Amino acid sequence: MSGAEPKVTLDLAQAHGLTAEEYDRIIRILGREPTFTELGLFSALWSEHCAYKHSKVFLRQLPTRAPHVLQGPGENAGIVDLGDGLALVLKMESHNHPSFIEPFQGAATGVGGILRDIFTMGARPIATLDSLRFGDPEDPKTRYLLGGVVAGISWYGNCFGVPNVGGEVAFAPEYGGNPLVNVMCVGLVRHDRIFRARAEGPGNPVFYVGAKTGRDGIHGATMASAVFEEGAEERRPTVQVGDPFTEKLLLEACLGALETGAVVGIQDMGAAGLACCSSEMPARAGTGMEVELSRVPRRETGMTPYEIMLSESQERMLLVVARGREAEVREIFAKWDLDAVEIGRVTADGMLRVRIEGRLVAEVPVRALTEDAPVYEKPTARPGWLDALVAFDPLSLPAPRDYERALLEILAAPTVASKHWVYRQYDQQVGINTLVLPGSDAGVLRIKGTRKAIALTTDGNGRYVLLDPCQGAALAVAEAARNLTCSGARPLAVTDCLNFGSPERPEILWQFGEAIRGISQACQALEIPVVSGNVSFYNETEGRAILPTPIIGMAGLLEEAEWRTTQWLKNAGDRIALIGPEAVSLGGSEYLATFGRRLGGRLAPLDLRLERDVQSACRAAIEAGLVASAHDSAEGGLAVALAEAAISGPEELGVEVALPSGGRLDLVLFGEGPSRILASVPPAAERHFESLMREWRVPWRFIGTVGGNRFTLRVGGEVVINVPVERIAHAWRTGFERYLV
Amino acid sequence: MKFGVVIFPGTWSDCDFHYVIGEVLHQPVRYVWHRDTDLSEYDCVILPGGFSYGDYLRAGAVAGRSPVVGALGDFVARGGLVLGSCNGFQILCEATLLPGALMRNECLQYRCQSTHVVVENAELPFTRGLRPGQVLKLPISHGEGKYYADLETLRHLKARSQIVFRYCTEAGEVTKEANPNGSVENIAGVVNEEGTVLGLMPHPERAAEAAVGGTDGLLLFHSLIGSLVEDGSFLKR
Repeated sequence: MSGAEPKVTLDLAQAHGLTAEEYDRIIRILGREPTFTELGLFSALWSEHCAYKHSKVFLRQLPTRAPHVLQGPGENAGIVDLGDGLALVLKMESHNHPSFIEPFQGAATGVGGILRDIFTMGARPIATLDSLRFGDPEDPKTRYLLGGVVAGISWYGNCFGVPNVGGEVAFAPEYGGNPLVNVMCVGLVRHDRIFRARAEGPGNPVFYVGAKTGRDGIHGATMASAVFEEGAEERRPTVQVGDPFTEKLLLEACLGALETGAVVGIQDMGAAGLACCSSEMPARAGTGMEVELSRVPRRETGMTPYEIMLSESQERMLLVVARGREAEVREIFAKWDLDAVEIGRVTADGMLRVRIEGRLVAEVPVRALTEDAPVYEKPTARPGWLDALVAFDPLSLPAPRDYERALLEILAAPTVASKHWVYRQYDQQVGINTLVLPGSDAGVLRIKGTRKAIALTTDGNGRYVLLDPCQGAALAVAEAARNLTCSGARPLAVTDCLNFGSPERPEILWQFGEAIRGISQACQALEIPVVSGNVSFYNETEGRAILPTPIIGMAGLLEEAEWRTTQWLKNAGDRIALIGPEAVSLGGSEYLATFGRRLGGRLAPLDLRLERDVQSACRAAIEAGLVASAHDSAEGGLAVALAEAAISGPEELGVEVALPSGGRLDLVLFGEGPSRILASVPPAAERHFESLMREWRVPWRFIGTVGGNRFTLRVGGEVVINVPVERIAHAWRTGFERYLV
Repeated sequence: MKFGVVIFPGTWSDCDFHYVIGEVLHQPVRYVWHRDTDLSEYDCVILPGGFSYGDYLRAGAVAGRSPVVGALGDFVARGGLVLGSCNGFQILCEATLLPGALMRNECLQYRCQSTHVVVENAELPFTRGLRPGQVLKLPISHGEGKYYADLETLRHLKARSQIVFRYCTEAGEVTKEANPNGSVENIAGVVNEEGTVLGLMPHPERAAEAAVGGTDGLLLFHSLIGSLVEDGSFLKR
């Protein structure tokens, strides 16, 4: 060992991100000063990232129960029943801080971490999605970050062999100093093969499996729990380096080991590494654990107990094995050329004891590190600046003179334009289950051996949440559900990734609390439980917070894979229906951001009962086979949704649409509002469709017809846009690359 | 007639090939572990896509020297057929069972997309159900798929009709725009001199069902099965 350990003082504790009160609390728990290793354990496990100490009081509001929920929050991932003895495991997580410091490895290891969260539950990962936010597209740094992040996600996921089936990429200057990289993963598991991260059975051996431990990523959890100052890039050593090949070996070996029945519990060594696993696993089971660090496979010499416990080296797992069945587990890991070393055992006394060469270096009650971690109810305050922001009237800006040009420009805006450049770098098909590839409202995968399919999406709009955190967050849930509905699926469950600034600032914590309230309301109204998630605070650089950005990942079920529906128009002659309310607003809209370079105004109202009914009506029409396409009208408003329906499919199709006048033209064309779906209906299904809509008592009407090669929009009888459809297709196809490549 | 699907630890198209052969085509198929060297029970060995041993060196460089690939020489000499797709093609080139090499895509990025290929040699056990000039729609998914061979090798390949597929437009024109990775002369697949070892970058197993990727890939499998049934020379038992 390299020299003596530093003496633990209050100063050192504060340098570890602990407060004076927290340090006193540690001394009270232990009845003495902590050792250096113990200080490391407390600082990591009591960090916001691990302990959720600022968010716990809010998260309790979320609806997490439903008859089909097999595992809610509190494990590595949530699980919902799919029927046929199968279950879907889902989770989303952020890797924002590492991705800003080192975009390629930061994003890559984000994928690695979320994959392990899924297969640690016994499930084989079957799809990933990524939700990305970057700064101003014209800033060269955005280009560098985007390129690195996409390449990192591509590299890790492609090598591992999991298809990426969807996600979003959006740009706003507020993300310039702090991009968001949220990755969602889902896996498939049989009910009788579900595993949990519990260290049951005192006397059972504890196995370390997977890659060797190095000094990379020490204090990653602590880094993710602090704001960025200038020179953040110098923290590169705290970003881990990924090895997707080893991850693949770990997947196969772990699933193989779980199959034997010799494994009692399993957890990924993710944030806070061995420290986290060796305390959380016994805490969940009401047991304790002893580990001997000299047995931990290392790839560097001279590592201290502190470093071994806190390393966040990737591709490692901790397993609790049934005593007497060690050989079975060893044999499987040997087949995959991975280390599987017994490093300790489960005990009955609720203590975590860490030794190195027999010498005790930490002795802490596991509950003190986990359940008994501090929970804060910090003050919240509605920001003073919000009223002025909401009071801004977008219609005080001049209307554009040329609406054709306005449409072409908004279609070419990087947030709206085709993300083909991104997803063609991702394998979208491995596993041969992908029925709907990226580029529609949701990705759809079949479940082999059944008639079923699942639909997956992510959604979130930071602008909406800034203007109205409660409704903005509810809108993210509503829109994610609408995306699934448009794809033919009934929403099953939410996994969320809540990206906010520093919770130590009352106005940020207010945004957070309001957003949780909004998510809860929407999930209750739409009857979709939240089964897992992640909180990412401290997304600020030099005092500037990101837009508050809760991202909603959602999975839905299609009882019949044949119900799957895509967003693009299919046949000339089909009628185009708009299902949903009239109300729209330019407040927080893409149009206002693109042309006004402003963020302000009021959101159109959200009626969650109407949202539910619109979605039910749409699903009923899809299931009855009355709909050729369905598309959610979202960012960019109705004109953009119509354009996307016309041009995003294999064949570009013209439309002729007539809208009633409803205020200023830019509001009618580009105003954004909830609960609106565009569906195309073949002539033969028209009558049936009409009666179905009447039955559901939802507002709807036919607004136009598919056909020809021009995109023609009339408002109040007057032609306002009339362009060849290939022109709008060109703007939309090339917009992203024009700005960013 | 029996298929063997090779699994290297980093292979990921193994399950897809196994599913298409076993569940879609109802043919006998078994997995072959990368340390196995006894291939005597198989008529056709498939090297699927993936990242064999991580491919942190050149793609397929380590797998090209693995025990199972070492056994392929004898297997081919005894009349066995080998189909390498994606990483499998890279491995066959690294093992010099096929001429040429696969380099980093010209765009320097991974590409997963739909492509069209035109059939140049329809007289192989892999292609005899196809027509020369027929266009197939097959997906690709790779970062190192730029086929390269020197002029001398290219001349040999052409003289012996060893170029089997070229990237083309939907209409069958071999153009620069239709080339997704910068392969020399749009080459997407080549065969050995004997016509028994085929390598191609596209994924036929991802185009074997109407619901996922279309059915053009199935035509290759049908050709193979037809060949194996009709022409006893490829059958060892």
